Amino acid sequence: MKHARIQFDGQVHQVTVEDDQQLRLADGRLVHADQVTWLPPATGNMFALGLNYADHAAELAFTPPTEPLAFIKSPGTYTGHEQVTWRPDNVKYMHYECELVAVIGKPARNVRREDALDYLAGYTVCNDYAIRDYLENYYRPNLRVKNRDATTPVGPWIVDVADVPDPSNLTLRTWINGELKQQGSTADMIFDIPYLIEYFSSFMTLQPGDMIATGTPEGLADVVPGDEVVVEVQGVGRLVNRIVSEAEFFARKAHEATA
Amino acid sequence: MSRALHEVANGSLFGVALNYQGLLQQHLASFHEAPYRQPPGKPVLFIKTPNTRNGHARPVTYPSAVERLQPGPALGVVIGKDASRVSVENALAHVAGYTIVNEFSLPEDSYYRPAVKAKCRDGFCAIGPQLVPAAQVGNPDALGIRLWVNGELRQQNNTANCVRGVARLIAEISEFMTLHAGDVLITGTPEGRVDVLPGDRVTVEIDGLGQLTNPIVAEQGLAP
Repeated sequence: MKHARIQFDGQVHQVTVEDDQQLRLADGRLVHADQVTWLPPATGNMFALGLNYADHAAELAFTPPTEPLAFIKSPGTYTGHEQVTWRPDNVKYMHYECELVAVIGKPARNVRREDALDYLAGYTVCNDYAIRDYLENYYRPNLRVKNRDATTPVGPWIVDVADVPDPSNLTLRTWINGELKQQGSTADMIFDIPYLIEYFSSFMTLQPGDMIATGTPEGLADVVPGDEVVVEVQGVGRLVNRIVSEAEFFARKAHEATA
Repeated sequence: MSRALHEVANGSLFGVALNYQGLLQQHLASFHEAPYRQPPGKPVLFIKTPNTRNGHARPVTYPSAVERLQPGPALGVVIGKDASRVSVENALAHVAGYTIVNEFSLPEDSYYRPAVKAKCRDGFCAIGPQLVPAAQVGNPDALGIRLWVNGELRQQNNTANCVRGVARLIAEISEFMTLHAGDVLITGTPEGRVDVLPGDRVTVEIDGLGQLTNPIVAEQGLAP
């Protein structure tokens, strides 16, 4: 089953997704996807992995890490399916990153790899955009690169663990304006989901709603305003996002604030 | 954490590293070398995850598998209304008030990679004892800050020595990410971090904000 968070008639709802277009509200009503605003399906913190695919590490000229390289994202950077993300003016390189995301379902502390999947609520997809111009070598990748407003699309939904029998063999793909730009497989992850849950929970408690974004394979490219960027993880979801200019993003935001 | 503080400061916890002149100066020579290559140009930020939240008079756990634990005395800025792209001049109008933060960490020998393992352990961010309204504090950039361990003064400084003051931090950070009402900005820990051990009683005091005290206790009862 697929579970989503949406806004409909001015209210936030938890829904189940009957098919890609029909959403069932808690009271049983069915609404069509074009009547709703998709929200990020979880709102905890995100533990995002850097350099977790050997080919991507090579692409960025790094030796693959021997311990997970994780950075944290806060909820303000998330946005939902079918929303917009802004490219700042005067930057040279903004790229997408298609990632499989594990969503934590119950508090996890000192969890062994063998038991790790018991702690998941399910899986979703994220597009972990980065503005490479803003990289500085302090807590890299720094928040100005990775934790910008509305610059991490997440969704469209959470798929139950049971519906993804083998998360370590899923195809990831990214399209810009319909053209396939990135393709890889979760089989090439360096640290897999059970390992990552064991790792994080060995020194902290993962909370329900927290997410682990498991990194991206090679195949990065620049995106510009007007581009439609689609990231897809096989069997999990297809997440659509559109790039807008800085001016358009903040004009929309001002408009929404006064609407 | 007092009830009022707990209700208001319920958002994300954003930390600023290397925000005291003395601390930055200590590292400046190495920051011109690899892997840093040049000193930081923008505020050096990190996130304390919600599991790190802790309160006044509550224990902080000294993890069993670590060799050193260090308190991090800091001024906490509680955001009162959403701040997106605010100017330095308007920044403080977005502050609800101030509190004390003790941002516990394992020692950092490098600032190159995010310090999740050092900073995001359960209970590693004590906040309190109360929220003091901004109007009552006056100038947040001129507050004495002191750390006592078992009643002995171990660290003292003044927020006047910050690389960036509160208004400038809010302006620079809100350029790319909104500081939401309820978020807490942890404005930096001065140079001279000290080690603490289980059994120690750690107090941070800031002029006009009171004292935040936490006992350090050994981790126990966790199966391997």
